[in-house]
Amino acid sequence: MTDRESRFRAPSIPRDALPLAIAGIVAALLVALTCASVLWQVREALVATKNHTGWMDALLIVVGVLPLALFIPATRGLQLAIAARRSLWRKDLIAARVLTSHSNSSSWFSLGYAVFALIVAALVWFLIANNVAVGSTFFNLPLIFESFGLVARAFLTNVLIFTIAEVLILVWALIVAVARMIPGKAGQPIRLLSTIYTDAFRGLPSIITIYLIGFGLPLTGLTAPLEEFLTRTFGLQDFTVIWAIMALTLTYGAYVAEVYRAGIDSIHPSQTMAARSLGLSFAQTMRFVIIPQAIRRIIPPLLNDFIGLQKDTALVAVIGTIDAFNQAKILASNRFNLSTVTTVAFLFIAITIPQARWVDRLLERDAKRTRGAK
Amino acid sequence: MSFLEIRNVVKKYDETVTVLKGINLNVEEHQVVCLIGPSGCGKSTLLRCINGLEDITEGEIRINDDRVSGAGVDVNRLRRDVGIVFQSFNLFPHMSVLDNITLAPRQVLRLSKREAEARGMELLKRVKLEQKAKSFPDQLSGGQQQRVAIARALAMEPMVMLLDEITSALDPELVAEVLDLVRELASEGMTMLLATHEMGFAREVSSKVAFLFEGVVHEEGPPEQIFGNPTEERTRGFLKKIIEAGRM
Ligand SMILES: Nc1ncnc2c1ncn2[C@@H]1O[C@H](COP(=O)(O)OP(=O)(O)OP(=O)(O)O)[C@@H](O)[C@H]1O
Ligand SMILES: [Mg+2]
Repeated sequence: MTDRESRFRAPSIPRDALPLAIAGIVAALLVALTCASVLWQVREALVATKNHTGWMDALLIVVGVLPLALFIPATRGLQLAIAARRSLWRKDLIAARVLTSHSNSSSWFSLGYAVFALIVAALVWFLIANNVAVGSTFFNLPLIFESFGLVARAFLTNVLIFTIAEVLILVWALIVAVARMIPGKAGQPIRLLSTIYTDAFRGLPSIITIYLIGFGLPLTGLTAPLEEFLTRTFGLQDFTVIWAIMALTLTYGAYVAEVYRAGIDSIHPSQTMAARSLGLSFAQTMRFVIIPQAIRRIIPPLLNDFIGLQKDTALVAVIGTIDAFNQAKILASNRFNLSTVTTVAFLFIAITIPQARWVDRLLERDAKRTRGAK
Repeated sequence: MSFLEIRNVVKKYDETVTVLKGINLNVEEHQVVCLIGPSGCGKSTLLRCINGLEDITEGEIRINDDRVSGAGVDVNRLRRDVGIVFQSFNLFPHMSVLDNITLAPRQVLRLSKREAEARGMELLKRVKLEQKAKSFPDQLSGGQQQRVAIARALAMEPMVMLLDEITSALDPELVAEVLDLVRELASEGMTMLLATHEMGFAREVSSKVAFLFEGVVHEEGPPEQIFGNPTEERTRGFLKKIIEAGRM
């Protein structure tokens, strides 16, 4: 029998699963002990800050029992590892391989969640360290509840700014992107203008654009007629919101124009050729053939830029707009406590997550519609 | 005067690459002319020049005694009258089959939605795909996609159709359904200029065959002459290779 033949005749022997299974058990044990110790410290901290009541003990016990669930996959990994060894002794290689694979999977599962639990425990410990200094600085619950209404109302200003800016950006950036692709010699000056604009506004930090427009434009006096008009028709007094929307539209318009351009470029030239060959003009080709296909591809990067924009609405605080961050800062300096800013942080995260899920759904639905039923 | 006249057409990509070196070719009304020749000889380039997808460097192209090449030509107008179908279908993937067909009639010819869809459904019936009107291109086989592409070009009611190797991207069993359609168009008197590697088909449907070689029409004539008794050495060599490859 040659070397090659023997290799094929002897099935491979699975690696022993026992060490990993034991590691899983040890990790589960470690997690249980760590969690118990951290929870005990939490209880002491609660007692020390006179926040402790009877039902909290019940809650702590429930939380303390939770990590024990790790023993389920860990012991299962161990049992399977032992069974795998037995099969190996019986020379049943195939059963041994199957059992080893299942055992490893169980053990890794428990190890993975052990790491997860340890990270959570470390965070909790961080919050209660130094006499709950961290916890009370960032998570002063009474203050959070008391100020929530004020901060949330100010957050509506952020929502207003980014909603209007997003609508404007969608249109403005498309104009800039298409301007940059106009063909022919006659289109050259327009292409040049568009290039200069995107280069300039992508380079400018948005905080500087906001600052220059928000303080500078009103100083020039050029905007007085507009301000008068807005006051007369809408009763608007605080114009900083308008400057903020303008500045953010200019800044993010440059980013989104590049996203559009990448999307348009990603559509194969044969699509343009096919559309033009039917007699459609450049504009009709863009509108009916290229842009609808490009839009589908740019939705994820577009959302990325829009989330960036939403976060940057916090920068309007520099020109004195009372947005959520500015309001929270005022409250924080009155109370020597940052918990109000924590509220703002959570509000920003809370609006981002549903948008991400919505885009996922949108893309999935579109894929189902146009692709074959594969 | 012929219906379509190609006179001394030269096409250069950059300064250095000359693909077409003085093409002369006439197509009469209701004629089917086949372009044959080795890969890279410029068949696709010539077809793209005819409907203005490429500018020509020298020479001129005339349709119905109207110059359709050079500066000042309304290419959008020209392309209404000159349909082209490509090797790779190039359907619009985000639109249903029917929308693919009605887009240009509605936007370019300004037909109403009802009129355009009625015309579209009629054409789909013709290419035997009326059940697929609501499907999307990715849900069709290659042969079906190519038939939709032909219907899409026909929807503009062109005076001449340019077909660029429309069966080259298809599996062998799908070629027949597309060729049947072209045969039908030919029998109805549609003027066509087609580049093809299907020599048997070319021999059967064409009124004239032109052999393109090194940027010029090396030999042209009725199919019996080109395939049966070619006078030029190069033509013979090319056909011999085709026969050896089992494509005739
Ligand atoms: N955009 C371009 N820029 C530069 N060269 C090009 C371009 N398009 C085509 N060519 C060159 O022109 C020549 C002719 O190309 P063409 O596509 O017309 O050939 P063809 O006869 O259709 O070949 P095939 O039978 O393979 O389709 C080729 O050598 C090709 O490399
Ligand atoms: Mg070709």
